[in-house]
Amino acid sequence: MGLDFSVLPPYAELLGVGLWWTIVLTVSAGIVSFVMGILFAVTVLYAPAVIAYPVRFFIWLFMGTPLLLQLFLIYYGLVQIGIDLPALVAGIVGLGLHFAVYNGDIIRAGIAAVDPGQTEGARSIGFGRWQALRYVVIPQAVRNTTPAVGNMMIALLKESSLVSVIGIAELVHASQLAISETYRPFEFYIAAAALYYLANLILEAGLNMIEKRVEASR
Amino acid sequence: MDIELMQRVLPFFMEAAVVTIEVSALSLVLGLAMAALAASAKLSGFVPIRWLGNAYVSLFRGTPCLIQLFLLYFGGPQVGVNLEPFAAGVIGLGLNIGAYMAESVRGAVLAVDRGQAEAARTIGFSRSQTMRYVLLPQAARLMIRPLGVNTIALIKGSALISAISVIEITYTAQRFISSTYKPFEIFAIAAVLYMVIIYVVARAVDFLDRRFAIA
Repeated sequence: MGLDFSVLPPYAELLGVGLWWTIVLTVSAGIVSFVMGILFAVTVLYAPAVIAYPVRFFIWLFMGTPLLLQLFLIYYGLVQIGIDLPALVAGIVGLGLHFAVYNGDIIRAGIAAVDPGQTEGARSIGFGRWQALRYVVIPQAVRNTTPAVGNMMIALLKESSLVSVIGIAELVHASQLAISETYRPFEFYIAAAALYYLANLILEAGLNMIEKRVEASR
Repeated sequence: MDIELMQRVLPFFMEAAVVTIEVSALSLVLGLAMAALAASAKLSGFVPIRWLGNAYVSLFRGTPCLIQLFLLYFGGPQVGVNLEPFAAGVIGLGLNIGAYMAESVRGAVLAVDRGQAEAARTIGFSRSQTMRYVLLPQAARLMIRPLGVNTIALIKGSALISAISVIEITYTAQRFISSTYKPFEIFAIAAVLYMVIIYVVARAVDFLDRRFAIA
């Protein structure tokens, strides 16, 4: 059975919709992972031990286990304790939490790297502890960690392919659907790979623009 | 916690853990070989070779590992490549991690002080002699840690081959989660197994890093 790429065009729309959901997943999980990452970083650094320790345990657990396993736990596990999440929500939560753990680690290092004089200065002109953190330290930490967090977003785009296993109709799942009708896995996986590669290039270009902006704003 | 259930499924998980370790070890060997090839290609003075190295790293880092595995396992037969799930898993994971490891190797070589290469060339070393006797020995030390990070990512990434039905830890976990409806107990076993494997590898990397550190 030779290769025949003319099987692709009739499925262009299906793949397009799949790509659209991949983008939706990446953007939503990206936002979740960024916001939760900041929360994790602040909790680990400043929260009282009763809160900080469980969070650190969670971070340790999520860093040491595969994303795929975490997705199974969230999708099948929460049902057991009465939380029945739709697959899409489970996918966004799973991807978001997984990458929040890594972003949190990056941002925590970023906060630690901000000169203590910044906090002292803010405090001495009358900022409260939280105000100093919120308006002085965190903005600088986020700025310094933009390239590293950007790399996580690029990883997130690719790893979002894993949620196909819990039945979310993103790009991999769409390709599988087309393959089940045509029996042409090679052509469709090549097409999906090309779309991911393209999306990756666009994301990288976007992140470069953001990085330049952030550099310029210093 | 259903301890009795955990005891009952444990033997299956131990067998699965052996598969995870085997796959990871074999793909590590393939990955390191690919990384050495690709990094030297990317650092080569010969443009077509450099282009080939760049293409490999860019394509394998720019697309999801899952797609690469599916293309190899499901798409392979269409172009005459028939692989068992285990072999497809090892080759797919190895080719994927090789592209990331190539960047770790290249980064380490580029991190060696420029003056070292310049001095070697000045006293009459050829390009390849400079690489072999001056740059690589110094870079080897610098690549231990990044390659260790890649290896740990590889072990966690090996969960993906459950999707091409290799019976490793994650495949076993998925099977027992859907048959026992005890996801937390099953997750706990799988998590402990991954953590132990990763801990051992992390300690080994620490040891190597200290062993080859400049005193």
